[in-house]
Amino acid sequence: MSEWVDFRRIGRRYPPELAQPAVDCPEIQAGLFVASSENLDTAVDTGSGGADNGASPERAVMDADEIRRTLTRMHHEILERNHGAKNLLLVGIRTRGVPMAERLAGYIERSEGVAVPVAHLDINLYRDDLTERKNVLVRPTTTPVGLDGRTVVLVDDVLYTGRTVRAALDAVNDLGRPVRIQLAVMIDRGHRELPIRSDFVGKNVPTRRNERVSVQLEETDGTDAVTILQGGFH
Amino acid sequence: MASLPATRAAAAPAESAVIDPVIPGDAVASGRRHVLDLDDFTAAEIAGVLDNAAGMREVLGRDIKKVPTLRGRVIVTLFYEASTRTRVSFEEAGKILSADVINMSASASSIEKGESLLNTGLTLQAMGVDTIVVRHPHSGAPNFLARNLGRVSVINAGDGTHAHPTQALLDLYTARNHVGELAERKVVIVGDVLHSRVARSAVWGFARMGAQVTLSGPRTLLPEPFTAAGWGDATHRNGSENPLASVRVEPDLDAAIEGADLVMALRLQSERQQLGFFPSLREYIRRWQVNDARMARANPGALLMHPGPMNEGIEVSTNLAHGERSLIEEQVTNGVAIRMALLYQLAGA
Amino acid sequence: MTTAETNVPVLIAGGRVIDPSSGFDGIADVLVGDGVIKAVGPGLAGQVSADDVRVIPADGMVVCPGFIDVHTHLREPGFEYKETIATGAAAAARGGFTTLCAMPNTEPPVDNAAVVDYVLRRGAAAAVRIRAIGCVSKGRRGRELADMEELAAAGCVAFSDDGDPVHDSGLMRLALTYSRDLGLPISNHCQDHALCPQGVMAEGWVSSRLGLAGIPAVAEEAMVARDIALAELTGGRLHLAHLSAAGSVEMVRTAKSRGIPITAEVCPHHLMLTEDWALGGHGDTAATGALSYETQTKVYPPLRRPEDVAACISGLADGTIDCIATDHAPHDRASKECTYQDAAFGISVLETALGMLMQAVHDGGILLPTLIDRLTLGPAQALGAAFAPYAALVAGTPADLVVFDPDAVWRVDVNRFASLGRNTPLDGVELRGRVAATLVGGRPVFAEPDLLAPDLLSTDFSSTDLLSNGGR
Repeated sequence: MSEWVDFRRIGRRYPPELAQPAVDCPEIQAGLFVASSENLDTAVDTGSGGADNGASPERAVMDADEIRRTLTRMHHEILERNHGAKNLLLVGIRTRGVPMAERLAGYIERSEGVAVPVAHLDINLYRDDLTERKNVLVRPTTTPVGLDGRTVVLVDDVLYTGRTVRAALDAVNDLGRPVRIQLAVMIDRGHRELPIRSDFVGKNVPTRRNERVSVQLEETDGTDAVTILQGGFH
Repeated sequence: MASLPATRAAAAPAESAVIDPVIPGDAVASGRRHVLDLDDFTAAEIAGVLDNAAGMREVLGRDIKKVPTLRGRVIVTLFYEASTRTRVSFEEAGKILSADVINMSASASSIEKGESLLNTGLTLQAMGVDTIVVRHPHSGAPNFLARNLGRVSVINAGDGTHAHPTQALLDLYTARNHVGELAERKVVIVGDVLHSRVARSAVWGFARMGAQVTLSGPRTLLPEPFTAAGWGDATHRNGSENPLASVRVEPDLDAAIEGADLVMALRLQSERQQLGFFPSLREYIRRWQVNDARMARANPGALLMHPGPMNEGIEVSTNLAHGERSLIEEQVTNGVAIRMALLYQLAGA
Repeated sequence: MTTAETNVPVLIAGGRVIDPSSGFDGIADVLVGDGVIKAVGPGLAGQVSADDVRVIPADGMVVCPGFIDVHTHLREPGFEYKETIATGAAAAARGGFTTLCAMPNTEPPVDNAAVVDYVLRRGAAAAVRIRAIGCVSKGRRGRELADMEELAAAGCVAFSDDGDPVHDSGLMRLALTYSRDLGLPISNHCQDHALCPQGVMAEGWVSSRLGLAGIPAVAEEAMVARDIALAELTGGRLHLAHLSAAGSVEMVRTAKSRGIPITAEVCPHHLMLTEDWALGGHGDTAATGALSYETQTKVYPPLRRPEDVAACISGLADGTIDCIATDHAPHDRASKECTYQDAAFGISVLETALGMLMQAVHDGGILLPTLIDRLTLGPAQALGAAFAPYAALVAGTPADLVVFDPDAVWRVDVNRFASLGRNTPLDGVELRGRVAATLVGGRPVFAEPDLLAPDLLSTDFSSTDLLSNGGR
């Protein structure tokens, strides 16, 4: 389906000193590591939980076509708000923010003929809950260009408490001084705990706290879908 | 995995304090509290540390080398032996992660007044220290602290002739970055293996990762029990799998180095010669110096490692030490990343 | 303790009496009075009135001469914080030992009559019989002979520089020669230091794993070989202390077969424990977890391999090894609460010895009468004729005896030790075989409340000052 799975090609344009050895870690395959943040309430355990598990009622929010249409709209909004792609830097928050940012960059390249750089941001070193949780794998943050003077668009799959974005803002600050920072999310599910709002929203989805919002993307999960799961845990 | 239970209980957090709910099974280190040697690490746990180190190396490459991860944590480096690179790299690692790092050395503390190791440890624990990084001339000193202190993490920064696990981890990390997966790779460790804590931990680490390890050096400096055959002798006590099955001894370096992917030369302490472990430096150099001619017998692209500090011209030829096959400088850089990864993982345990 | 109490007759009723000196082994009663054995035989209970005697019911128990320990460290004078003669003696009473030979590595060392006199005077007030061993060399420095004649005259029963070997071969030759006319044995701690510089445990896989400097078996064997050759040369009385290595046992076996007059001892821990205990988990190698570097296992000679344990047991069983000695080496807590390298050598053995030794009996390694021989007659013979009466359980001999339950299972608890030295790797370990009562010169010096019902014990029996002496 997706000709936009070319994010790996963009990735190869990074300067060699930023290229990292491929992670080939059994824990990742075994699901022992969770490599990002918001994905903790979006990731679906495809092995045991998830779609086939009748014990966990779920409802579909978006399918692959809707995700495509939504990202298409969002890339237009980003271009519109910023008067084009000049000086843009899309910063995908690991894990699912990364393919989402790559796809947005692909749409922008199609529309504008400009290759927008995409950074991969790992926020685990900026979390405020190190003692409360088992720590998770820290992966390199990579950026093809400096952040100074750029308009940074943080990209993530789900906006929930706002703590991930808070951590991401701190991380961005350590990397450089952008002229402005905007936020693009696929799903805004409410329940904010910090004064943070998104600039670009794929879809506002009212949820209860005990529900999980699962965003699956082709690049990471083999399929495109957004689902709400009933109280999987906690 | 054999690791001690965490006492820093991961109490169910108030929901507002977490970014996300915790999915069971996402832990990196599954509650490890101490790092005493690599013998109780599984291959998967070692791989996890190395993966985290990759993330840490990225931080080291930044203009602003500072992340807030360990704000409010107190780390003490408690060194009963001189050290430059290990102590500084722990200090740097802690500071980059925003921990408060306090350096204690034996010559400038109550230790000089005869305070026992136990009482020093208890005092630091009572002061609320989170992590003690200890180096001690006696084997097992970190194990002793870990056993007697209920609330701190203990990291072994080198104990006697026992272990130096963080050095071994940085060696594994450096090696993996250059040769890829370590399984079936041939590693030669040459020199005073008998007295080398670096070598002992490296043996555990490389063997766990599936590498073929050959120990080389004068027979008088090779720990024959610490090999596949030595463990075999011990199996009457324990029917378990031989974790050192891939470790063997070959005193003839020219034979040992045949087909090697990695050669680790160990520091030769001159006092070993005075104690008669080998007749003369001249003879040692002739038979066991790692030099270009010997490296030519290894695999093309084979690489040299050395834990430092190095006696150039003795265990390694100057030419080789500074040549393109040498990973020695990179080992030092990676040391900071590995120690960051460990401090990070222990904090989350 | 009152004189009257000493004179109250005691009847030990219905036990299995084992007396290696007479070869007696059978169910019998033992009547004790006036400090000596009055009678041994069946049916004595019917011949005395229960009002006239104190009865110790010994059904299912073993009654035998009190154990004689030829190798005990009592630490007094000089190290009273580790042990005193009084506390060591109280520990001995709890362990069934009725005679202790105190090693001379005190401060000052027992190298002159004044110190011997001090030890014996203190010993006279203790719960069990205390004998003194004198130094081989002045100040235990290994350079020149101590005044051996003066020491013998003051009451020493043997000579030893234990704690250190007599390293100088020439000095050892002179000691064996000079002591011939005194008729006393030289007990040597066999350890060639040059073969184990800084060694702290047996050399082998475990020491390698722990990164600790090893002591190879040959460090002991080399000096055993030397000493046997010197004994043959001089005709002196050589006693080999605490053998631990299979090779040593074999050399002693060969020497004895050639008629060389030597004696040898082995310790309870070398008959039960192995080097694996240093890893922690009470020797359970299947236990996982961080290596514990169990300093309580640090002892000289070191704990060795199962093969060595087996060789020591079989040497003991076949008579190659004459006797069991505890090498009781009490230490204060700080001496063991440190790194393995810093820890002191030694185990507090007296109170666990019987339970440890009975394991070899229960496992079939040695017969019970043989074990008792090695605890009574064996050491008496190694020391000399003067000790023979204390190793006999026949009418007229001093009533030094022990009553023990060979099958009682109990858990070692160092907090119940009478010894000040709580240094044992066995704390919390279950042992099978436990002392019920100990009599010295007819005087009950210990009774185990867990085994003897309190109402069977008269008040003064169970609460003598000797019992409380241990500082429970």
